[in-house]
Amino acid sequence: MGFFRGMLNLDRRIIFILIAGAVVVPLFIPFHLKMHPTPASQGLYNAVEKLPEGSTVIISGEYDPGTAPEIQPMMIGALKHCFRKGIKVILMGLWPQGPALEGQALQEVFKEKEFKEMNLQYGKDYVNLGYKAGGAVVIQSMGTSIPATFPTDMAGTPIEKLPLMKGIRNFNDITFVLDFSAGDPGTPAWVMFAHDRFHVPMAAGCTAVSAPMLYPYLQTKQLSGLLGGLKGAADYEWLTKSSGTGIRYMPSQSIAHLVIVIFIIIGNIAFFVVRKGEKR
Amino acid sequence: MRREIPLFITAITGVVFIIAYFIPHPPFNQIQDLFQTWFQIIAAFAIILGVLNLMVVNGDKVYRRSKGWGYSVIIILSFLVMAGIGTFKLGSKASPLEEGTPFMYLFYNVYYPLTSTVFALLAFFVASASFRAFRARNKEAALLLTAAFFVMLGRVPIGDYLTSWIPLKWLHLSTIANWIMAYPNMAAQRAIMIGIALGIISTSLRLILGIERSYLGGD
Repeated sequence: MGFFRGMLNLDRRIIFILIAGAVVVPLFIPFHLKMHPTPASQGLYNAVEKLPEGSTVIISGEYDPGTAPEIQPMMIGALKHCFRKGIKVILMGLWPQGPALEGQALQEVFKEKEFKEMNLQYGKDYVNLGYKAGGAVVIQSMGTSIPATFPTDMAGTPIEKLPLMKGIRNFNDITFVLDFSAGDPGTPAWVMFAHDRFHVPMAAGCTAVSAPMLYPYLQTKQLSGLLGGLKGAADYEWLTKSSGTGIRYMPSQSIAHLVIVIFIIIGNIAFFVVRKGEKR
Repeated sequence: MRREIPLFITAITGVVFIIAYFIPHPPFNQIQDLFQTWFQIIAAFAIILGVLNLMVVNGDKVYRRSKGWGYSVIIILSFLVMAGIGTFKLGSKASPLEEGTPFMYLFYNVYYPLTSTVFALLAFFVASASFRAFRARNKEAALLLTAAFFVMLGRVPIGDYLTSWIPLKWLHLSTIANWIMAYPNMAAQRAIMIGIALGIISTSLRLILGIERSYLGGD
């Protein structure tokens, strides 16, 4: 009984140490885990895969450094997938930190020999329009005129000087939208306006905690696919046959989840044993 | 007039946006475009308001030497350094947002790791809270606990390794987790979404019709 009472009042620092170990040890002793992509992840991959060469895709980043470990691998995966398929990419963000992180994702992509050799050019193959305040109203405004909403790119270059933006008036000239979001404004705003109002097909990636909230959009086909958390990112890397932090960090997340589940089981056993003892 | 004018602006804006959503043709779409531009300008000014609020609240804390005033000094200094380098384009030729500028250096090497570190602490608190809170005290809690068990293990590859020996695929943890997410979770989330939407519609109507006036301030 004393042991189980002790378990119920376990010092939380012990939990902290075990979680730290579960996260850190697999980073130094990596092991390979086979991915089984979820239907939601497969949906996003299939949607991008079906896009024809030369399509123009908007990739919007609504996340910050705190959520970047989950979202950034998705962003990198999406950029690689689009560039391999010869898709033109327009980057933007409804969070101030989003476009800077997208810039970092581009740097990561261009570190790889395959993409360096593609000799992709800024302004022609991809652009970064930067951040615009206003949330959902920005998306609504883009439905009327993208050049009016974003008169310059992130670095202040007028967008009429960017060859990729020539002929881009509004969502009628956009083939697909990929939204990577960690909160509000984010995917619900894109679904409500870009998809429902202006009928642009889209898919999304989000943090694991916000994924359950977006499942209704999957069933109604408002979202073609959804990457949920680091597992979603790892699924995408697996499907696109790329290496990245999604797959690399998956052992840490797996062991951490296992440790938490073991703690929950032990906590419940202790709870029932103590309650039974008290009833006697 | 101090109350009537804001009520009038709210009512007109609300009605125009509703009509323009269903009838995207002149003159409604043109008025909507105009309002959208105004909104973006106001949203940009809201950032300035936020900055002023940050400075006033933290400046007051420092002035009064309130508890934790040292943190406020750090906030003010950090803000001034980032805003100064960004506004005056220190060390950058065209835009401070270009790669390799001092602004981006600070973003990647100071702001990025600090924010990541704070967010990463969540993992420890979530683990500790799960251990204490996930107890099967009643039927509802047991149901939640069971769903959490399947989703937590089924959403990571290790769940498949634990159950891959079972010949029936629908008993694999990942299959069960996908089913929980796609059906019970989706149904519950849809119910919540419908509830929120109905709440937004009723609140919006109260605002447009001038019944809800708390946003004007006062009693």
